[in-house]
Amino acid sequence: MLSHRFDNSNLLGWIFMAPAAILLLFFLTYPLGLGVWLGFTDTTIGSDGQWIGLDNYAYLVGDPISRLALFNTILYTVVACAFKFALGLWLAILLNHKLRMQSFFRSVIMLPWIVPTALSALAFWWMYDPQFSIISWVLVKLGLIDRYIDFLGDPWLARLSVVIANIWRGIPFFAITLLAGLQTISPNLYEAAAIDGVTPWQQFRYVTLPLLTPIIAVVTTFSVLFTFTDFQLVYVLTRGGPVNATQLMTTLSYQQAISGGALGEGSALAIMMVPFLLASVLFSYFGLQRRAWQRGGDK
Amino acid sequence: MNDKTKAEPEGMEYLQSLPRRWVTIYIPLGIFVFVLLFPFYWMVITAFKPASELALHTSNPFWVISPTLQHFKDLLFNTPFPSWMLNTLIVSVVATVLSLACGTLGAYAIERLRFQGSKQVGMAIFFAYLVPPSILFIPLASIVFKMGLFDTRWALILTYPTFLIPFSTWLLMGYFRSIPYELEECALIDGATRWQILVKIILPLSVPGLISAGIFAFTLSWNEYIYALTLISSSEMKTVPVGMTTELIEGDVYHWGQLMAGALLGSLPVAVIYSFFAEYYVSGMTGAIKE
Repeated sequence: MLSHRFDNSNLLGWIFMAPAAILLLFFLTYPLGLGVWLGFTDTTIGSDGQWIGLDNYAYLVGDPISRLALFNTILYTVVACAFKFALGLWLAILLNHKLRMQSFFRSVIMLPWIVPTALSALAFWWMYDPQFSIISWVLVKLGLIDRYIDFLGDPWLARLSVVIANIWRGIPFFAITLLAGLQTISPNLYEAAAIDGVTPWQQFRYVTLPLLTPIIAVVTTFSVLFTFTDFQLVYVLTRGGPVNATQLMTTLSYQQAISGGALGEGSALAIMMVPFLLASVLFSYFGLQRRAWQRGGDK
Repeated sequence: MNDKTKAEPEGMEYLQSLPRRWVTIYIPLGIFVFVLLFPFYWMVITAFKPASELALHTSNPFWVISPTLQHFKDLLFNTPFPSWMLNTLIVSVVATVLSLACGTLGAYAIERLRFQGSKQVGMAIFFAYLVPPSILFIPLASIVFKMGLFDTRWALILTYPTFLIPFSTWLLMGYFRSIPYELEECALIDGATRWQILVKIILPLSVPGLISAGIFAFTLSWNEYIYALTLISSSEMKTVPVGMTTELIEGDVYHWGQLMAGALLGSLPVAVIYSFFAEYYVSGMTGAIKE
């Protein structure tokens, strides 16, 4: 009887699992493998390629544009994630106070995250317009500058501009998830700290931050993953320009593979991102492990 | 438990004086809200401005003197925008329903049927969740092309589940775990089949989870960009985000009013859904991150 139930449950389990498994195997696992394979070939749109071993990778490592793209991607990820984390944590702490209309604030600050990024990128594009930028208009009226800023025309200004747009889009994600983490911290701990006469900074450093570390590790990993593989914001704002100054690995692989037709080279570029993604996942995993150990391994 | 901790922080708020609260809380919060919402305000204002006012060197640019609906009219009658909206809607709804169905069955199998290998499958689902679309779009383009689905809605309906199924399965696994096992045992003793248990006991109890997963999946599909950009080529088959950013830009003259009107209308569906289900959305987002 027991073994009968067991068999039944096994069979039924796989039947229930089948639709998801088939879709994922065919549209996720297979493309992943195909992508790795394409990276070793010289496939172009319209012609099946030949196996060329590591030639694509050898070429990409020596290519100044793909090196620039790697530099840009790392810069974009590190700067944007650092600011998203710091500002998001600050906003979460502000929202964790008792406020009138707290749920209203919590809802409206999510808007940048909800709205399609391609469409909010259009709004940023308009605000960065060289002739009609509202930002330049305000700065001129305040007497801070005398000429309109060409936000997306200068290499470093363009990098700064796309990073700012990315930070704007990512703050709500950090704020809301970290707020959820803050709300699980027992107020007793803050009371105990207050009785011990801590300063607000000490309270943050020795009570809030240690208890928040597990969720910070997870949220940061997700954010690094999403930022490192971000595509649409930069594609819409600059298409990688001016002169590849904002070219990311994703936008470069799109340009090579889809616009330029070099599927093999584009795939190799995309696959080159995998080691970085694995590193960030492992980083978060070990971050979590450390916390569990410090708390006496209770979880 | 959550409600209690949420209510209690007020316990120590009296330690802060009112002026101090203004400097440390209200003013920074006000700046955050202003910066996060200003692009939307600017979108709305621009969408209603007549072309003459858009050259903002002269008047006060933060207000509209004579609002116009011209940009919306142009957008709705002289561009393929309505068909982009329709495409996005069809693709998002079908992909969401498909993914929720697959995700529910999968999550139930992993969490409750506990078949041999279910743990490994659960881990695989989690790793699938971490695979970003921007490393899959090139091989997917070649697969979709070989299947003859290139430039059809099916291309998107079948590829969106690659990120929707892992997400919704993971979220629903958490929900199913919170339902007491005893309920299911009682039903088994009463002679219910697994299918009846799923439909009559588990699903009604996990409606909040289904709503969270559903609206989150819908939003993700509505906002998806790279697959829609790669797998669709003809103008009238595009989705709103792709159409807006590739088709409405002619040469060096940008029709800013029209672009902002489209950005506004294209954001409206997700914003409306979000405004009704904000709490579910937040719980979906935090639920997917935890574990």
